[in-house]
Amino acid sequence: MSTNGIGVSCRGVRKHFGHGDARVEALRGVDFETRIGELSFLVGPSGCGKTTLISIVAGLLDPSAGEITVLGTRPADLSANERVLFRRRNLGFIFQQFNLLPALTAAENVAVPLIAAGIMRRRAVDRAKDLLSQLGLQHRLDALPVTLSGGQQQRVAIARALIHEPRLVVCDEPTAALDHASGEAVMDLLAANAVRPGRTVIVVTHDTRVFHYADSIAEMDDGRIVNVTRPSGSGSSATSEERHQLQEHYA
Amino acid sequence: MNFVALRMLTGDRAKYFGLVFAIAFCTFLLENQTTIFANILQRTASQILDVTDAEVWVMDPQTEYWEQTKALKDTDLTRVRGVPGVQWAVRLFKGNPIARTLDGKFAAAFLVGLDDATLAGAPRRMLLGSWERLREPDSVVLDQAGYILLFPNQPLVLDRTLEMNDHRVTIVGISDASPPFASLPVMHTRYSEAINFLGRERTQLSFVVARAAAGVTPHELAARIHERTGLRARTTPEFMWDCIRYYLRNTGIPVNFGITIAVALVVGAVVAGQTFYLFTIENLKQFGALKAMGVTNVRLIGMILLQAFTAGALGFAIGTGMAATFFEITLHLIQTRHIVLLWQCVALTAACIFFVVIVASVLSIRRVLVLEPAAVFRG
Repeated sequence: MSTNGIGVSCRGVRKHFGHGDARVEALRGVDFETRIGELSFLVGPSGCGKTTLISIVAGLLDPSAGEITVLGTRPADLSANERVLFRRRNLGFIFQQFNLLPALTAAENVAVPLIAAGIMRRRAVDRAKDLLSQLGLQHRLDALPVTLSGGQQQRVAIARALIHEPRLVVCDEPTAALDHASGEAVMDLLAANAVRPGRTVIVVTHDTRVFHYADSIAEMDDGRIVNVTRPSGSGSSATSEERHQLQEHYA
Repeated sequence: MNFVALRMLTGDRAKYFGLVFAIAFCTFLLENQTTIFANILQRTASQILDVTDAEVWVMDPQTEYWEQTKALKDTDLTRVRGVPGVQWAVRLFKGNPIARTLDGKFAAAFLVGLDDATLAGAPRRMLLGSWERLREPDSVVLDQAGYILLFPNQPLVLDRTLEMNDHRVTIVGISDASPPFASLPVMHTRYSEAINFLGRERTQLSFVVARAAAGVTPHELAARIHERTGLRARTTPEFMWDCIRYYLRNTGIPVNFGITIAVALVVGAVVAGQTFYLFTIENLKQFGALKAMGVTNVRLIGMILLQAFTAGALGFAIGTGMAATFFEITLHLIQTRHIVLLWQCVALTAACIFFVVIVASVLSIRRVLVLEPAAVFRG
């Protein structure tokens, strides 16, 4: 399906939770677009709807209204099962709390998406070991997550998100649980390994220290996109001055 | 994903062992209580089952169970023998004399009087001596437990003397008779001796035991005897169940044991079920992450069932091993001799554990199925 260079497109997306007096409007008509090959940041204060929006983009939540296209496919047109398969094939996830399976080794954790896709365990683990070695964790392949530092765990999570070559990578606060140095290292890794032609990377964050990695930054507030910064035009990176201004704003 | 499921199950050793041992404990409790219950009830028919030669028991219509008999007339033996299909029929006496040792130790006992000519119904498991020596005058075969009761802390020795109803009798054999419901010594002697040891009454004949001729089933023979003589005739298994049913109906045993078994079932089920349910709940985030990564609900159900059945099977095996070990140890104690782990109790427990595992799995699966994968993004 043709994507015209658009990775994710949201038009008038609304989402509410609850009914009556308990009804909460999480998204109030979001228009949002990311380009393939870009590192797109979704920023904003806590509770502004960032997580709800990426959950909808990732097909984990259904919108109450609006149009969404992900990698040229409208999730609304897919059955529940097709959506699961679409997610398995095309999406990679990086979570704030890593969400590694504590009983599996680093390599086994990375291999999970491949195993879920039906690849034999030994082959999957071998591929996972190769990727982890590329990410500098060749000495911790058989370590359990509990024995890894926060930065190492996030590197494992990045490897897990990329092992099956997804076309969309969704990262939820990937540096929030890390100190500055580890956060920088993780973002370096993400920018170097995740961003590539044919892949869209969306990073939800309010960590101003890493804004300088973004190709585009969409600001959210109160359930809406209030500003999109694409400083140097289509497909290029923001200038350091503009990133600095955003950092100042959120700081 | 099976290996992921198994690693999730065994990853946290403390939780894993807690889960397995909860199921093992539940299994042990259930097998232990049901087996003791079944074996104690079976003891009500021990002396019936020990008479391996006979297939049909004939008794007065008023006799309901082994320990309470109304004597038959001596002519009833002839009437039974006259029924077509009877290969042989002999007398059997059952009484409760007081046995005294020369030291003055005494105990009420079960005295079984065997047909003088054939000794049909003699104990087949002899620990010392021989049942053929019952042909000697004033001789009895005493069971081991009775010997230990009457001669505590003394070695098993033959030819010791007992006194019953002013008769001196000699112990010519020590048997391994099945323990009776009441822990009384079991003695075997000849019919003619038995009525002397107990004191003559007008009628003495407790039972006629018979064997069916070739081509006649015990059930058919019992029906024929009843039809022709008007006496109550039961096959050995029927008479055993009559005794068991009598105790179930007329004693507090089923209620007391029933309560214990129910408590064991409830405690075991709750502990095992809740432990597994909590195990799944604690892993919800991991299941959520797997869901987000595209693992289907069917696959997740398979993972949970695999975890449940692995823990269930392992716990059941360990629990059954514990129960078997327990009964192996108690089998050699005189008070609990002959109490063995019954396969029926193991099967019943397996069904209960399977049910608990299924219920806990269904509850756990429900939580995983309704889990919103987006939950993994929430802290």
